[in-house]
Amino acid sequence: MDFKLTEDQRMIKEEAKKFAQKRLAPLAQEFDEKEEIPKEIYKELSELGYMGMMLPEKYGGSNLDFISYILVMEEFAKACAALEISLSVHNSLVCDAIFQFGTEKQKEKYLPKLAKGEWIGAYSLTEPSAGTDAGSLKTTALLNKDYYLINGTKSFVTNGGIADLFVFFALTNPEAKSKGISCLLVEKNVESLNIGAKEKKMGIRGSDTRELSFEDCKIPKENLLGEQNHGLRIALTLLDSGRIGVGAQSVGIAQAALDEALEYSKQRVQFGQPICNFQAIQFKLADMATQIDAARLLVYRAAHLKSKNIRCSVEASMAKVFASEVANMVVNEAVQIHGGYGYMKEYAVERYFRDARVTEIYEGTSEAQRIVISKGLLK
Amino acid sequence: MNIVVCIKQVPDTETKIQINSDGSGIVTEGIKYVVNPYDEYALEEGVRLKEKFGGEVTVISLGPERAKEAIRNCLAVGADKGIHLNDPSFEGSDSYVTAKILAKAISEIPFDIILTGKQGVDFDNSQVFAYLANFLNLPFVSVVMDLELSSDLKSVTAKREGEGGEKEMIQIPLPAIIAAQKDLNQPRYASLPGIMKAKKKEIKNLTLSDLDFSADEVGEKGSRVKVKNYSLPPERKAGQIIQGEDPTEVCEILVKLLREEAKII
Ligand SMILES: Cc1cc2nc3c(=O)[nH]c(=O)nc-3n(C[C@H](O)[C@H](O)[C@H](O)COP(=O)(O)OP(=O)(O)OC[C@H]3O[C@@H](n4cnc5c(N)ncnc54)[C@H](O)[C@@H]3O)c2cc1C
Repeated sequence: MDFKLTEDQRMIKEEAKKFAQKRLAPLAQEFDEKEEIPKEIYKELSELGYMGMMLPEKYGGSNLDFISYILVMEEFAKACAALEISLSVHNSLVCDAIFQFGTEKQKEKYLPKLAKGEWIGAYSLTEPSAGTDAGSLKTTALLNKDYYLINGTKSFVTNGGIADLFVFFALTNPEAKSKGISCLLVEKNVESLNIGAKEKKMGIRGSDTRELSFEDCKIPKENLLGEQNHGLRIALTLLDSGRIGVGAQSVGIAQAALDEALEYSKQRVQFGQPICNFQAIQFKLADMATQIDAARLLVYRAAHLKSKNIRCSVEASMAKVFASEVANMVVNEAVQIHGGYGYMKEYAVERYFRDARVTEIYEGTSEAQRIVISKGLLK
Repeated sequence: MNIVVCIKQVPDTETKIQINSDGSGIVTEGIKYVVNPYDEYALEEGVRLKEKFGGEVTVISLGPERAKEAIRNCLAVGADKGIHLNDPSFEGSDSYVTAKILAKAISEIPFDIILTGKQGVDFDNSQVFAYLANFLNLPFVSVVMDLELSSDLKSVTAKREGEGGEKEMIQIPLPAIIAAQKDLNQPRYASLPGIMKAKKKEIKNLTLSDLDFSADEVGEKGSRVKVKNYSLPPERKAGQIIQGEDPTEVCEILVKLLREEAKII
């Protein structure tokens, strides 16, 4: 057993940390307040190779292994969780979807644009009445000679308002229900695709979340990704890496909260001494650090399996559910250590507290992860 | 154009320096090492010159094995080759010896311009570039904030910051040595593809015998400066706030204190 990162992985982590701390962290509060991440940031990220992290050089990608990718995500989440999720969706749910399931023609058409950041990607599975029960989609995409006719509504689409391309799921065979779902590539500019207003959110407010509605929208036949009616398998395969990504996001947010709380506890004086002298505070810090480390190891273990192409749905779910619950425990304690100041927007822990909440919800709720894990046990 | 950039690996500026128990050095355990920040400006300038005029950037560093990582970081940012002056006997070299070893290694490769930082943030001696100029018999400009190459690539005009903050414009013929100040440019971040490519670039390792030195010419033995003891600067006392409503009265107390306690007026 070897817990060491390779030299490449270490360098990538250090460089991602440098960029995240110097460039992103000072802006994170502004992104949160304005509910927006400016285009220039994506442009800079593109120039540095963060928009096609795991794609091969051939398509303009940076060719990182999955572990390096996860290390970058952790560092970015430490600085700005909203940007992290936006990048995570773009890289692991969109670029990777096309790379894994696309035809060579689709890869050549879309991947270089996505890797260069000329295009941003979004992933659209959830519907107003189909969340955890993703198999119960209602949106239809009916094949009509050379096009699919799409009707329906999609909800909570991360990057919805800034995306140029949607990896999108709908029923191509409504009778077959979950066995009749297909994955389609939908370009932003198609007619009759209506992109809704930006959702107002509790946390990760810099990320752009929207509803999409389709009314007799025509998508060319060649935009089918993978096989017709095999869409649910694509959705679930992608979710493995997405979940490890949310695990890394959780660890990043938690670590940032612990760092802040630790520093604050050394500065804040009550009863004539820094509050870090009180054992009640020390034990909180000790538990936070221990839990974060455990979460990180679960995330790295899942990432390791993924990078070796070993099936890891159960391990990914374990990492995701544990890390997201740790993150919420840690941000809660970090606010507590800050006392009243932790409730004020001037302190970063206030944002971490809000940002952490969604990690237990998206890419499968904690309950959904436990379903996956227990299914693995009872199989 | 052949561009040489001298870099040093130093403790991260955020490191809390601690002295070891016998005062012979600092505690190195747990220290994170980085490329000397001033050298990053030198490197950035070198890479920009290459992008503008073509050629090659060679990074050269004297330091222990771990300094390879710093060289690799520079390769990730855009340098083409690395040279690592790496021998246990080099340890403890002062600025004079360091420059002597660097000069020997540099004199064996082609160069049109040598870029360095204006000082290392570890010992803050600010001497290597001047010794280097002496050993290589080259002109140099230090604390450079702006650099312009002539169109025939035969000379450079450098804007430097003088002792009193005044600005000087100096023109010197190439080859020459330029020591970078922090306003010279805005160093770029390494790109991910840059990092992935760095490992494929060559880092040449040169030892004592490769450079034809004998062990007593280098390291502590060859050095002219001997460090006897390390100690931390005394902790600064907290400031004093003079309370009072009446400005005249407060000023009188201040003047009295400056005169009698601080003894500076
Ligand atoms: C900020 C944000 C961004 C998002 N981004 C995207 C995106 O980019 N693309 C996308 O497709 N989706 C996205 N989502 C949607 C997200 O994945 C869903 O919200 C999530 O899957 C839960 O679905 P739901 O909200 O419909 O909740 P529901 O499925 O209605 O769940 C409600 C509650 O019931 C529980 N529950 C449901 N079924 C069971 C069961 N069988 N057993 C036990 N408990 C159960 C759930 O765990 C939960 O506690 C995003 C959501 C948010 C909040």
